[in-house]
Amino acid sequence: MRSRAILPAIAITAAVIAAGCTAPADPDDDQTNDPRSMVLADSYEPDSLNPLLGYAAEGAAKFYDGLLAFDGQRDLRPALADEQPEVSADGKSWTVSLRDDVTFHDGSELDADDVVATYNALIDPAYASTLSSEFRMLDKVTKVDANTVRFSLKFSYAAWPAKMVLGIVPSEALRNKAPLEDSALNSEPVGTGPYKLVDWRKGDQMVWEANPDYWGGVPKISEITVVFAPDDNTRAQRMQSGEFDGTVLPPTLAKSFEDSDTYRTVYHKSADFRSITLPSDHPVTGDSAVREALNLAVDRQAMVDGLLGGHGSPASTPFSPALPEFVEPEATFDHDVAEAERILDEAGWRAGDDGVRAKGGQRAAFTVMYFADDSLRKELAQAFASDAKDIGIEVELAGLDRTAVQPRLAKDAIVLGGGNPIDPDPQAYDALHSSRAGDGYANPGHYRNDEVDTALDRARGTTDPAQRAAYYRQVQKAYVADPGLVYLVFLEHAYLMRERWSGYQPVVEPHTHGTTWGPWWNVEKWAPRT
Amino acid sequence: MERGEVGAAHVTTPSVQPAGPALSRNTRRRAILGLIARRLAFAFPVCGVVLFGVFLLAALSPFDPLEQYYGVRLETASEQDMARVRAELGVDDPVLVQFGHWLGGLFSGDLGTSRSFRQPVAEVLAERLPWTVLLCAAGLLVAIVLSVTLGVLAAWRQGGWLDRVITSVGHALEGIPPFVLALVSIAVFALALGWLPVAGLTDAGAALSVGQVARHLVLPAVVLGISQSPWLVLHLRQSLLTALTEDHVTGARARGLSERMVVLRHALPTALLPLITLIGVRVPELVTGAVLVEEVFSWPGVAAAVVQAALAVDFPLLAMLTVLATAATLFGSLFADVTTALLDPRVATDG
Repeated sequence: MRSRAILPAIAITAAVIAAGCTAPADPDDDQTNDPRSMVLADSYEPDSLNPLLGYAAEGAAKFYDGLLAFDGQRDLRPALADEQPEVSADGKSWTVSLRDDVTFHDGSELDADDVVATYNALIDPAYASTLSSEFRMLDKVTKVDANTVRFSLKFSYAAWPAKMVLGIVPSEALRNKAPLEDSALNSEPVGTGPYKLVDWRKGDQMVWEANPDYWGGVPKISEITVVFAPDDNTRAQRMQSGEFDGTVLPPTLAKSFEDSDTYRTVYHKSADFRSITLPSDHPVTGDSAVREALNLAVDRQAMVDGLLGGHGSPASTPFSPALPEFVEPEATFDHDVAEAERILDEAGWRAGDDGVRAKGGQRAAFTVMYFADDSLRKELAQAFASDAKDIGIEVELAGLDRTAVQPRLAKDAIVLGGGNPIDPDPQAYDALHSSRAGDGYANPGHYRNDEVDTALDRARGTTDPAQRAAYYRQVQKAYVADPGLVYLVFLEHAYLMRERWSGYQPVVEPHTHGTTWGPWWNVEKWAPRT
Repeated sequence: MERGEVGAAHVTTPSVQPAGPALSRNTRRRAILGLIARRLAFAFPVCGVVLFGVFLLAALSPFDPLEQYYGVRLETASEQDMARVRAELGVDDPVLVQFGHWLGGLFSGDLGTSRSFRQPVAEVLAERLPWTVLLCAAGLLVAIVLSVTLGVLAAWRQGGWLDRVITSVGHALEGIPPFVLALVSIAVFALALGWLPVAGLTDAGAALSVGQVARHLVLPAVVLGISQSPWLVLHLRQSLLTALTEDHVTGARARGLSERMVVLRHALPTALLPLITLIGVRVPELVTGAVLVEEVFSWPGVAAAVVQAALAVDFPLLAMLTVLATAATLFGSLFADVTTALLDPRVATDG
């Protein structure tokens, strides 16, 4: 009834519009054909462009440079630093000397004061930075001379260089010791990076312009527009009409573009995992037989194929295959339902009338929470529940918002995600070390394994890469023998890009991504094809 | 000339009082100015009460403002650090302390900081308010043009097929939320036919220009206008039908005036007065419609910011937006009353 009534309304609208809109040729058409400009669509609009509030915390910040930068091949190269940092024998003191030819977008020169002010703002509570927890190892930062700074850490931390990708902001912007929530940098970034922000229409688009004084050479793509289009389907449709030069899409949607003549589809490996925590205090998930059985029962390859369109890889531990030197190849779980059932039977979990196992009056049932706004986490939770049901364990699902999740983290399981592509420490230590148990989203299941703890601490404390890798392999062996979570998958991120430029280089990505990462992580080095 | 006829026809209606010939033009003007002054004086306490109400609701909100502040960093933040940031931002201070703090800033001209936009509130408003005003004005214009045209057509040909189509579409549209209309119009005009852009203020990568904005304004403004028009169309049709049976219209017909003259010059003016009141009263619906339409069309206005501000318990921004909406409503009804009083000397100026 109603839909029939809509038709005349549409006809009327059509008449009104057709009358008022004989679209004149768009004067901006020429501009979009200029290979020195590029238009990208992003799914996510940053709340703030301030590195101290989390903007591009893993680097590739465009408006900003870190002391070190990611080179796409898992190594860190000096950026604002003029050479690799020098580390003291105990791994607690890192000294960095700075380039002397760098200026900020406002014309002021970069010196040690800016670096000191930036890192100080992270650890000084007066600034209320949202990154402070990730820099808890930093004790103080001091100026050695005009071009040298020294970081003093509270404990040996071998992964410190991975923290030095943080964008450096001018000290003038931090003069006022107040929470950064209304800092001018939030919407008008002043950095040293290859691009300057020229315009940001919030909720709509952002325009970047090449920095003509960039110390690394002026970018050849002189203007980049980033349009914000949060809805995946709308963005795909606008791509179909050729409106953009590139975008990020869920792998299942990107698939439909694989035959496109206009766009190339690329998939990037990431350190971005999804796991399900298993609370240690829960009578079911705290039982080691249940933990092992669940790890054997989940069909990780089916999740990759069915939910990620084949673009991902199974995960058994937080160590991503994208960081191969740290991975212990033996430390994986096979998909073995029979073995899972045998373990449960042996441990005394007997199947009841309703098909759900029980032991000593305790039904094998627990709740898995997921963030209601994240459809992939929801699908993974559903697949997990279905695999668990096959071995007689009942999983109830709860899609909640973040406020409701927080108080339940210690009692109920949750689907978690995250990942740092440069170093395994941030995600492994927070997920598995007992000292981090129950601190926010770190180790919410209170996993505790002394062997894992020791190896994680040792890996942090040594700067020798081979030795670190050996410790991390030890972590994985000990963890697989006594699993405390169910790691499910590592994701791949999918992108579409128009092939008009050269310079594309594949990259391993962090959890947060979009147009600052993706194929465009090094867009300042791209050039129009001739 | 018509005024006199109208007066004769309506003199017995209870809502209007005859203005005696003794009342001079000056007294009338003073009465209207008095009405404006009284309403404006009344507006301040109303806004104050609304503000405090919003503040209490925000304080009771189940949402944690820190969640928005931290964003994706929430998953790596430690509880100790979050507690420190909480204290630094003062989000756990008692309600009255926070309200007093904000009010103090307000009197010194500081509207406070919007936590969800991480910008001073004044900046958020300066960037976004003009786009909302543009959208609402265009939407209102579309609604008025549509309703006058369609209302007159329907009443004139009462019972004909055009009347039946307009009335049934009008009733159906009353039940369709603006966002459904918005999505359908995007599917048809932007995606299927490709006549108009899907969303945004300009094409991707295009600079801000009158032509660009005008093209992008068409769809949202028409959707907003159409979603507001059924009430106006149906109301105008009804009052026009009533007006057509009144003595002065019968008189005009008897004098042999053309049908066109009768409807447009004699009946319509009587029917338009209640329409003006209705438009004033429907300002809140226009604002609500704008929230939905801006959200669907990614229109960077202030209405779309309401949702974000509410989810983030961003009180300073939420408060200003609520005051603006309240003021728009009060102003809408004041505008309607003043216009009616100016046009129709028989209408009393409340008080």
